[in-house]
Amino acid sequence: MAQVFAYITHKGGVADDSALELAAAAKKLGADAVTAVVTGTGGGLDAVCNAMAASYKEVWKIDNAAMAYPNAEVVRKALVNILPGDCLLLLPHDTFGIDLGPGLSIKMNSAYVSDVVGIDGLEGATLKVVRQEFGGAASTHMTVDTAAGAVVTFRPGSFAADESKSAGGQVVDKSGDAGDLTAKRKYLETVAAEVGDVDITKSDVLVSVGRGIEEQDNLQIVFDLAEAMKADVSCSRPIVDAKWLEKSRQVGTSGLTVKPKVYMALGISGAFQHVGGLKGNPFIIAINKNPKAPIFQVADVGIEANILEFIPELTEKIKSL
Amino acid sequence: MGTFLLSFFALLIPVAGIALFIYIVARRLAPLFRAAPDFRFDNIGKRLFGLYEYPHHRMPRPGYELSGYIHITTIICLGVLSLQVITLLLQGISPSFSLPFLDKGIIADGYRMISDLALTVLLGACLLALYRRIILKPERYNVPKSYGKDKTFPDALLSLGLLASLAVLDIVYIASGWRVDAYAGADTHILIPFTGTWITATIFSLFSPTANQVVHVLSFMLLIVLIFGFVCYLPFGRFFHLVTGPPNVFFKKIKKGSVKPVKWGIADDKLDELESFGVKKFEDFTWKHMLDFYTCTDCGRCSDNCPATTVGRPLSPRFISIKGRNYAFSHYPLKGPFIQNEPLMGDVFSDDEIWSCTTCGACEEECPVTIEYIDKIVDLRRGMVDDGNVPQSLQKPLSAIEKRGNPWGKMEKKRGEWTKDLPEGCDVKLFEAGDTAETLYFVDSITSYDDRMISIAQATAKLLCAGGADFGILGKDEKDSGNEVRRFGEEMLFQDLKNHNTEMILESGVKQIVTADPHALNTLKNDYAGLPPVEHISQFLARKIKNSDISLKSVEKPEAVYTYHDPCYLGRHNEIYDAPRDVLDAIPGLRRVEMAKSRDRSFCCSGGGLMLFYEPEEEERMGVLRVKMAAEAGATVMVTACPFCLVNMEDAIKIAGLEGKLEAIDLAELVERHLDK
Amino acid sequence: MEILVCVKRVPDTAENEISVNSAGNDIDRGDLVYSVNEWDNYAVEEAIQIVDRVGGNMTVVAVGDDESEEVLRREMAMGANDGLLLKDSAFEGSDGKGTASILKAAVQKGKYDLILTGAQAEAGAAQVGGMLAAMLDYPYASLVNKVEVIDDKKLKVGREIEGGNQEINEIELPCVLSIQTGINEPRYVGIRGIRKVASVEIPVMGASDLGLGADTVGTAGAKVKRVDYFVPEMGAGAEMLEGSTEEIIDKLVELLKAKGGLK
Repeated sequence: MAQVFAYITHKGGVADDSALELAAAAKKLGADAVTAVVTGTGGGLDAVCNAMAASYKEVWKIDNAAMAYPNAEVVRKALVNILPGDCLLLLPHDTFGIDLGPGLSIKMNSAYVSDVVGIDGLEGATLKVVRQEFGGAASTHMTVDTAAGAVVTFRPGSFAADESKSAGGQVVDKSGDAGDLTAKRKYLETVAAEVGDVDITKSDVLVSVGRGIEEQDNLQIVFDLAEAMKADVSCSRPIVDAKWLEKSRQVGTSGLTVKPKVYMALGISGAFQHVGGLKGNPFIIAINKNPKAPIFQVADVGIEANILEFIPELTEKIKSL
Repeated sequence: MGTFLLSFFALLIPVAGIALFIYIVARRLAPLFRAAPDFRFDNIGKRLFGLYEYPHHRMPRPGYELSGYIHITTIICLGVLSLQVITLLLQGISPSFSLPFLDKGIIADGYRMISDLALTVLLGACLLALYRRIILKPERYNVPKSYGKDKTFPDALLSLGLLASLAVLDIVYIASGWRVDAYAGADTHILIPFTGTWITATIFSLFSPTANQVVHVLSFMLLIVLIFGFVCYLPFGRFFHLVTGPPNVFFKKIKKGSVKPVKWGIADDKLDELESFGVKKFEDFTWKHMLDFYTCTDCGRCSDNCPATTVGRPLSPRFISIKGRNYAFSHYPLKGPFIQNEPLMGDVFSDDEIWSCTTCGACEEECPVTIEYIDKIVDLRRGMVDDGNVPQSLQKPLSAIEKRGNPWGKMEKKRGEWTKDLPEGCDVKLFEAGDTAETLYFVDSITSYDDRMISIAQATAKLLCAGGADFGILGKDEKDSGNEVRRFGEEMLFQDLKNHNTEMILESGVKQIVTADPHALNTLKNDYAGLPPVEHISQFLARKIKNSDISLKSVEKPEAVYTYHDPCYLGRHNEIYDAPRDVLDAIPGLRRVEMAKSRDRSFCCSGGGLMLFYEPEEEERMGVLRVKMAAEAGATVMVTACPFCLVNMEDAIKIAGLEGKLEAIDLAELVERHLDK
Repeated sequence: MEILVCVKRVPDTAENEISVNSAGNDIDRGDLVYSVNEWDNYAVEEAIQIVDRVGGNMTVVAVGDDESEEVLRREMAMGANDGLLLKDSAFEGSDGKGTASILKAAVQKGKYDLILTGAQAEAGAAQVGGMLAAMLDYPYASLVNKVEVIDDKKLKVGREIEGGNQEINEIELPCVLSIQTGINEPRYVGIRGIRKVASVEIPVMGASDLGLGADTVGTAGAKVKRVDYFVPEMGAGAEMLEGSTEEIIDKLVELLKAKGGLK
């Protein structure tokens, strides 16, 4: 079996959640020796490498000032120079993985499959995975010819993190092999998202609204419920795209990650990009008029109802307590 | 010599005045010659009758009685005085001139007495009008800061002041002339005591004949100058309506409810050949619309009744006209080159201003000089759509209508699903399946797909069955009627819908169309052509009840107080006010009240079609104001005959916190509950 | 600036109900309406705005069949100057790399400063843009939500990253960008606009015009293949509350109290 590598994304000296999810995914591939690859510079990089040594047999550290910020154009060059051509490289399907994966697969002449949600197995050089299409409405079985190598990105949260820190791995410094890292794209700065009037990442109880609210004017019933529950209001992406609520209220992979105790999902279909923003195992109550909505898979309690009718009644009841 | 100079003066001033007036009017008319065509010479009889009917019915509309009667009085007085003024002017040139019968004799003296009365009444009217403007200050004359400096108030003062001055001068002229004749012992007509002429003549008896003669000549000269000064002043402000008013009313829009074609003279199938759609620059307006701008009297009645203005949207119809008028003044000046072909949107009108209109027609219903607003707004929207400038929230429903025939993008095959829950024995034929029937029930999109509104469809079907109608629906062959699509400026999409629906309807072979949706009613009746007659379910019911084909049992809730809300497209646009009321009154024991604003004064719910998808800036929702009006009238149930009104009323009841105190129901639903089976 | 925007004709997610067909080899396409991929539409609008600002020309290109022409025409009605259809039966079954190869060949037939794609299409792979860039050796930036032209040699772009933050980069021309939704407000294309371009010539190029061998494209050249479509078995999922609305509300309130949802 070809060598399996997992690229570790990190920030401020701490590895992202995807790091251990990739370890779990690698296990499912049947790989017993997986190498973590970490790029960056300085103390933060060292900290991450040391932490990963507990979960990966080997950790390849690539230290270079040019990668102080993870610029995919630069990282790609380093990986092309350092990784063996026919390896299997695992990446998270996050904004970095999306940026890096496709181009990297071409430069390494490897196959590429992205946003994988399940692994059926690796038979010889044929990798069998599960993906979704049409916004999650349909699932597909895919085969990937990995004979010449493959780059695979995984949907964050689709594999439970492998917390067994029993690898007892070594950190190997591969910085010298990085090669020429000049790139035609230069990182300038990060503009932070505007902080709104509410910081939903700190909220205990969230009342979250999705497309099921139908019109902007109906949002009032959600705010009324939140007020009655002394909770904060959050939402899914379509509500922000339509400019009905500020971005600072968006829960999801392209929005904010929240860790409430109780999460009410009103009229939210439960697409993974939204659910991906929920961490910490909240008690999820889903109310949706479509009994087949994916949200009912992840929720603890579900109610099949039209939120436009149900919510005002719920608010009444709570107010009367 | 003196007389010669006087005659010369009396000739010179009118000639110069008329020449100047013609020049000014010609400059003012210049843009009309560069405007789009407009066909307004049909129905000549109706138009002539309208010259009397419109101003006299429109002027003293409820709430505006004082100004209305002042105005009518003024018009009558000016009419009476016109003969006297003509005589005066011509006498200046040829002192012995007089009009037939008006020189000597009983008729002549009688006329002079009436004339004196008219002058006094005219002066009184002017003073009363000035009092209104300065002291009473009716709200509708206010100019919000966003529209710039208030030019309305000085304009009003100037014009009323001029008219009052003319009246005074004329009184002085007549009184002094009377005195001169009296001193000379010549015949004089009887002065009615306490008229202006009588008072002045009495005062003038204190002065010598010579003094009176001097006053007579001076007042004459001043009068001529002021008359022609006044005439030339007319085209500079709202008083232009004295000139443009009658033609504007003559050329008014006869066919209510319809929207003007993209360009008069271009047939629907030739629309593709046009370079540009809609109004993007001033010269794209038709000459009648430009005449509208000139004719605006700045009275503010349109905006006073406009629901958008009332809820604080950035639209005030009055200022559409005033801005249009000022644009014409500045770009087609009296001296200097014309400034043509400048874009209007963004500079003169704002996008939101034009999208805020719900096309309810309240403005057009009030305007005393029959100015049209809806066609102008639709034309401006056509221009914006042509340029791709459509608010994001409206793009999806328009594209959904294009692809799926309804604004929610739901599948065509589900359009007729509401029929599944109908009881046995109520047969709804399906034309899509090849059935035939006498009548078509045109359901339209919201009633077919909305979870709440399908109950209207079901109630209507049951009522049609109860009334013995042989009817069917088009089902998946029916597409949105397109009433709003057209009024939102997407003319080509409307044409597609119209052609499709017309084909389907004609193929079905029906002889009659009935609908419960006033928007569908309006467009099928007024915008489509070649269809069998269309009526609203309320008209069907009224007829069947009258003929005792349908009988109703006693009202379910005898303690409830019902009120009927006139939907804009049933009431104002199609003048169906009585049928729904007759139907309600036919339910034994039903207590009904009228809201303060009802019938042609009904207040729009803000709902038409695509309006559900538009997010305006406003201080309050129209629906909320409306349900509060119902509560104020003492009603506990609001009955409406339009699905969009129902959506908005039910929402508004929740938002206004009136749940439990007020409920909304559709006419069809209510009557169906009371069917005596 | 010469801009090329890659567009794709896809089933409209808003106006369709997507379900797997009985054979399991595709989705049920019987009653579907198609339109331009939403992300691609944002890219076209962005390109139009760039050309408005700095001058130049914009071409839309699609890899597809005859029906893809309707999408090219719509984008031309929106404001694209030219359209190009890449069509060949040999292209069928291409994976992402195959599609990128086809586009690469088309790019090399012209001279473009900037190439835009949508961030993803209906399969959610988000790959063609990045692959195309690497094949051309152009720099790439994905999930772009802001484009600023500095001069004819470089751009300043913003990328949408986690937490709603924006990563600002400077990127050299020529380059490839994949565009994220929300970057602008695409203008409306009415039926009239589409009718105006109804008879405009759209050139078509096939495999031989582009110099592509069968081994690089189509099923033969694909390393990634779809085996089937299926609907996964639902797990246990949520406990659904039953009863009348009042009963449900009562149960819900109890649960909220127990879990700390009501303070």
